[in-house]
Amino acid sequence: MELTGIIKEKFEKSILSSSVFYDNETIVIRKEDVFDVIKFLKDEQSFDFLMDVTAVDYKGYPDRNDETRFEIVYNLFSYKNNKRLIIKTLVDEKDLTVNSITSLYHSADWHEREVYDMFGIKFINHPNLKRILMYDEFVGHPLRKDYPFKKRQPRINLRDVGKNEEEK
Amino acid sequence: MSLENNITKLEDGRLVLNMGPSHPAMHGIVRIILTVEGERVVNSEVEIGYLHRGFEKTCENSNYNQIIPYTDRLNYVSPFINEVGFVMAVEKMMGVELPERAKYIRVIMSEISRMTDHLTCIAANAMELGAFTPYFYLINARELLYQSGDMASGGRVTPNYFRIGGTSFDLTPDFIEFTKNALKKVDSYLSDTRKLLERNRIFYDRLKDTGKITREDAVSYGFTGPLIRSVGIDYDVRKYSPYLVYDRFDFEIPVADGGDNYARFLVRMEEINQSRKIIEQALLQLPDGPIDVDDYSVRLPQKDEVYGSIEGLISHFKLTFEGPKTPKGEIYFAVEGANGELGYYIVSDGTHKPWRVKVRPPCFPVTGALPRLINGGYIADIVATFGQINMIGGELER
Amino acid sequence: MGLETIFGKSWATSKMEYVINWARKFSFFDYPFVTACCGMEFMSTFASTYDIARFGAEFPRFSPRQADVLFVVGTVNQKLAPVLRMTYEQMVEPKWVLSFGACATSGGFYDNYAVVDGIDKIIPVDVYIPGCPPRPKAVLDALIKLQEHVQREKLIKGK
Repeated sequence: MELTGIIKEKFEKSILSSSVFYDNETIVIRKEDVFDVIKFLKDEQSFDFLMDVTAVDYKGYPDRNDETRFEIVYNLFSYKNNKRLIIKTLVDEKDLTVNSITSLYHSADWHEREVYDMFGIKFINHPNLKRILMYDEFVGHPLRKDYPFKKRQPRINLRDVGKNEEEK
Repeated sequence: MSLENNITKLEDGRLVLNMGPSHPAMHGIVRIILTVEGERVVNSEVEIGYLHRGFEKTCENSNYNQIIPYTDRLNYVSPFINEVGFVMAVEKMMGVELPERAKYIRVIMSEISRMTDHLTCIAANAMELGAFTPYFYLINARELLYQSGDMASGGRVTPNYFRIGGTSFDLTPDFIEFTKNALKKVDSYLSDTRKLLERNRIFYDRLKDTGKITREDAVSYGFTGPLIRSVGIDYDVRKYSPYLVYDRFDFEIPVADGGDNYARFLVRMEEINQSRKIIEQALLQLPDGPIDVDDYSVRLPQKDEVYGSIEGLISHFKLTFEGPKTPKGEIYFAVEGANGELGYYIVSDGTHKPWRVKVRPPCFPVTGALPRLINGGYIADIVATFGQINMIGGELER
Repeated sequence: MGLETIFGKSWATSKMEYVINWARKFSFFDYPFVTACCGMEFMSTFASTYDIARFGAEFPRFSPRQADVLFVVGTVNQKLAPVLRMTYEQMVEPKWVLSFGACATSGGFYDNYAVVDGIDKIIPVDVYIPGCPPRPKAVLDALIKLQEHVQREKLIKGK
């Protein structure tokens, strides 16, 4: 938990909670201060690898303390000190925007595009925010919990080869 | 960019060219939109998504043992490593400790997968640059390793071998004999290929100084695996945070300088050698014992327990209908894939199905850096660079 | 073909038919539309252990205009469907389609928002190869079936 102590000295009000999950130190930061905290970690604590940016949709999760629906997870690694750190931030359904960290790490470009494509969370100051895995005519965001699993949206007219058993 | 306008001529003589989704390289489907001036690439844009199969949404609708075949098809050239990563992440959440023989089996199969991945990458890359003979030599070598994996698990390309809490079948004595002979033959194929390619004038000229990247850019773009080891940083998850029994073996991490395609080629050739050494040591040290953990809430009990005792019957019923359960929480666990750090981020809600599974694919940030690697070079160098970054479609797009 | 104008319906056309179909079936030029894991078994079939050159089909042509068999290898998803149809429409008659693997035949075990369940919803198919992925011997067996299918084809339609 030493990293929590180091961050707490500089950004006292930004930390919402911190814990250790299975050897990974996890810190929850307020949405507005995420860019500054990650910049501090990159410049002064030598966290030079951004391994992953992802999001989780907590709608329907049993017994959750928070009411915010989405959580964005940043996975940082320091090669010099061999340390891993997970930074999380909470995004509410009414305001689906977060600051982009593309100016700090180049790899955040595609990771944030994927979060936008799958969840619909917009990143401010992203150079090229458009869909990456799905096609442009697709309506909706597939990894949200309210998108039905088998709902297909075909791009071209498909041939008629007879109906399946359950469609008859 | 619509599919109809495949070639557009701009005012200053530049051409917008489409290297379309289905192109003559056996790597998968990626669309690269190039802006060229003569033969030089001025700008490029990469479009992916043609193999997106909905892995992460499928994981939210299946139980943990049902996800293992889906993880096979992520990086389909090295399937055992994907399975090991997922199964170890779930076992760490459940607090399960494996017996020794199971750990050694996992190391042996992972290293076989690493060898098949590097062999396929070099074979396909050499073929596209015009060298047909190394393709046949290396695919023959890969065929022996596929037969070896087939003897252990029943499947060549998609084995579905590991389970939560252990392994499905044990290794036979035939497997150990066959693998020892196969490794000797693989070594001879590899030395033939080395004589053909390593100091070959044409191969060297095509790979040297193409696809070059500096050390700071490589770190900023999130490279891991053989690509970061070709710029001089020796990051390997097997040495920095050892898992299974890797700390008992004597092997080295090859590192090259230069950051271009030739350095990546050299790193991969040497890694095949190091993997062979690990397998030979593991086969010598392989202990006897059980291959599964002895806990009925995780692994199916033996048949005499199922029909003999009430606890065996209940646990068999529950495991078949629902599957093993994990406690509430989340975990990030990383293994060293053939392309780099393969990480699994699993969020669990306490039931037998995960709430969210995210795979950190090692080739995703590398493909994002592809414009940076090919801009300024010739069109012909795209083939060499694209082959050496070893983009696997199933892993890139899940 | 202009044969029916020269010979009409006679013994000469049936001999010509036999020779032309014999030539076609032993010289396939295939277009490998490779997407996913089945590509690994495709590579193994084209290498020297399970040699497909014995059947005359070893030379892939990387342009649809020059190919006559379309090997659809691996999963086809919704984003790729128009590309597959355009590739098929570019091929010149006579052409055949081989659906390689469970994902191309019926969607495989992916039943979700992203995958097309079977390429016969996009293009007409001649031979289906089951397997996930099919072993190379199954691919050679399917190639022999395709050769038998080609041998039985009629040159003059409506006979």
